[in-house]
Amino acid sequence: MAKIRSDYESGLFSRFLSWLTGGSTRLDDDMARSMDDQAGPARMQAQQSAHAREMERDARLAAMTEQEKSMYAHMHQWAQTKGKRFSTWLYRIAAVVICVSIIVLLVSTAAKLPPYGSPDNPANNEVSERYIEKGMQETGAVNIVAGMILDYRAFDTLGESNVLFIAAVTVLTLLRVTPSHGGKPSTSQLEAECDDRMYEPKNDLILQHQANFLVPLILLFGIYGLMNGHLGPGGGFGGGAIMGAALILYLNAFGFKKTERFFTYKTFTIVSVAALSFYAVSKAYSFFTGANHLPSFITPGTPGMLFSAGLIPYLNIAVGMVVCCTMYAFYTLFRKGDM
Amino acid sequence: MHMQLWQSIPFFCIILPLGCAAVTSIMKPRMARIWATAIISIVTVLSAAVTIIYLNGAEPYTFMMGHYPAPWGNEIRVGMLEALTALVFSLVMLLSLLGGMKKLDEHLARQNHSLYCVVLLLMTSALMAQVYTNDIFTAYVFLEIMTLAACALIAVRKRGRTLVAATRYMIMNLIGSGLFLLGIIFLYDITGHLLMENIGDAVKHIAETGEYALPLKVVVTLMCIGLCIKSALFPFHTWVPDAYGYSTPTSQSVLSSLVSKGYIFLLIKIMYRAIGLDVIVKTGILDVLFVFALAGMVMGSLSAIRQNDIRRMIAFSSVAQIGYIYMGISLGTDAGMMAAMFHLFSHTVCKSMLFLAAGGLADASGNSKAFRDLRGAGYRSPIAGVAFTIGALSMVGFPFLGGFVAKFNFALAAMECGDIRTLLVLLVLAVSTSLNTVYFLRTVITLYSKPLETASYPVEKGQRGLLFSVSLIAFAAANVALGLFSQQVISAILRGLSTFG
Repeated sequence: MAKIRSDYESGLFSRFLSWLTGGSTRLDDDMARSMDDQAGPARMQAQQSAHAREMERDARLAAMTEQEKSMYAHMHQWAQTKGKRFSTWLYRIAAVVICVSIIVLLVSTAAKLPPYGSPDNPANNEVSERYIEKGMQETGAVNIVAGMILDYRAFDTLGESNVLFIAAVTVLTLLRVTPSHGGKPSTSQLEAECDDRMYEPKNDLILQHQANFLVPLILLFGIYGLMNGHLGPGGGFGGGAIMGAALILYLNAFGFKKTERFFTYKTFTIVSVAALSFYAVSKAYSFFTGANHLPSFITPGTPGMLFSAGLIPYLNIAVGMVVCCTMYAFYTLFRKGDM
Repeated sequence: MHMQLWQSIPFFCIILPLGCAAVTSIMKPRMARIWATAIISIVTVLSAAVTIIYLNGAEPYTFMMGHYPAPWGNEIRVGMLEALTALVFSLVMLLSLLGGMKKLDEHLARQNHSLYCVVLLLMTSALMAQVYTNDIFTAYVFLEIMTLAACALIAVRKRGRTLVAATRYMIMNLIGSGLFLLGIIFLYDITGHLLMENIGDAVKHIAETGEYALPLKVVVTLMCIGLCIKSALFPFHTWVPDAYGYSTPTSQSVLSSLVSKGYIFLLIKIMYRAIGLDVIVKTGILDVLFVFALAGMVMGSLSAIRQNDIRRMIAFSSVAQIGYIYMGISLGTDAGMMAAMFHLFSHTVCKSMLFLAAGGLADASGNSKAFRDLRGAGYRSPIAGVAFTIGALSMVGFPFLGGFVAKFNFALAAMECGDIRTLLVLLVLAVSTSLNTVYFLRTVITLYSKPLETASYPVEKGQRGLLFSVSLIAFAAANVALGLFSQQVISAILRGLSTFG
């Protein structure tokens, strides 16, 4: 006959069973049983012996807990002092070793690459030849870089402008405070306003005079870069960044009261949505007609004219708007969580 | 060559969500959701149409993105494998959005609802572009969109844990992107091309002449490791449990089943089309991936066993499953690649369902994710319970489900190798499968065991509405279908791979 063990609850199989069905631990069962013991039948003798047993168990438990506590304290202390020092040391050594080996690998690779500027390089092939020789004629852009990014490889640039947009969307979801609801500003909005008043300079005369002089110039230069993208150095990304810088300078000099007259959250969304939609729709049209060899009303025009090079100037303006709005929006969101 | 009308469909699958994303940001929350659902549904239907056309024997073709032919302009390439992958990705995206929609109300601030839809639409477009593109730099641009969108998906539930998880995710993924970009730069320098076919020709030439041997090796390493970090192969997986574990259910299922798979598909495409499998095998990087993959299969499962939170358990199980996929890839044979592709599909369909179902079960248990409180949850939320059980069985490798066919094919592919790898794969496959069984069946048993007497749950049965049930039923059907029609899927994958290179 099989022996029935009195301590079968602590057996391996029964522990596995309890883990299997949701992990009720032995400690809970012990507690439940001791509660049962207290409410059990009140026979004197049994109670006394139970009491004695309980005392004994309590003492044993206390000793074990004490032992465990001292062990943990010891381990904790080790981890806090020697262990910490050891792991920091190990971490630093490993970081240096990994960094140095990656640097050595990359530098030795760079040394084996084709020599810089040599005409026999693999990169000087029929691809760049056509960009350089036929670029102006095919795209109508005097600046062949603009022709490359906005006409030859326009799909990449469409993706790239959406990278900017999704970065803006991510920052918006993270930093935008709860907007006012029904005309009453929300508490987080008020708090952000207070913080802004406290930490940001107000009415600095020197800054204001400088800004009065500089902001129109910078804006003008940005617009020049934007409109000139297909004719010379410039383009949507550069021009938009310059315009965004002008707006940020203006905001720093005169505060939100002045900028809110013309740039709010609504402005931001409308301008970037309009620009991106125009970009996507016009490029979708261009891709579709190109791929299916359909006639398209987009023509290169006369190279060198302001309105030439097909869609490129308009796309530059759209990209510039998105970049400008995104830069300004990043700044205001990081400053007070709204525009 | 004149294009037929249907051949423009993949182009619309990319450009439609991309063009409609911006406009979503100014919509009201309800409208934005209907709009996003409609557009993703259209993409799904279009992808299904392309897949059907390919199942009836269409030939692969390239589609010019603009007025200039390929090495000068961008182009996309459509074939059997791309069409099938696009269908699976868009379907899972749609079902994930539907299944987690009700939970979005609870987890998202009001002003973020439409922005969340923007993120999902851009993610859909980026995935489609990743699947179809034939240009390695276009792949990088859309990979950036995926990285940023994934950060937004994690961080949008603004808790301390998700913010930390999003930060870690961003750091690890930017390292991965950086390595990948370095690889593209070096590759461009030694081949002079960005189009995959032309790179392939140039690389073949380089491999024959032996010129630039070291740069080529470094390029392959950088690209593989970069994409491994981004898709959470074992030693680079530390960001997984937090990122997958604490975000909102839709984000969980999109991140775990789509984002990492997009990177893996890109890696397979680069291996076949850009660099060539034989060149990759010669560099020896596959042996490194093989070791990582085997370690991941065991370590991921071991970590999953120790978890006390059902979501973290599923997240760690992802680490193990990604290990399976990489194991198939690193065998370096067509059979291994086919098994990897099949497991990519079965894991995509299964993991998103597990995350959604786990969310539903937790809801039926007083919003607790601990196993202790999940006892009996299968009775309180029947559909979620059944869906979870099907998913768990598939992951364990129960016959008639996708996971079984995948594991079976992994074993067959390993048998073909006939060296030490055969033994190692079979051994680790057995160990990992038993470990999977331990933690998945333990969860299923917990779901259907008697609840603790002390526990009390809210009276309503934790149903999350019609959409949730529809989504889970569709997911379960997809899982069963993948198992039952596995032969058709496998022959489609084989056909796709044979025309891939």
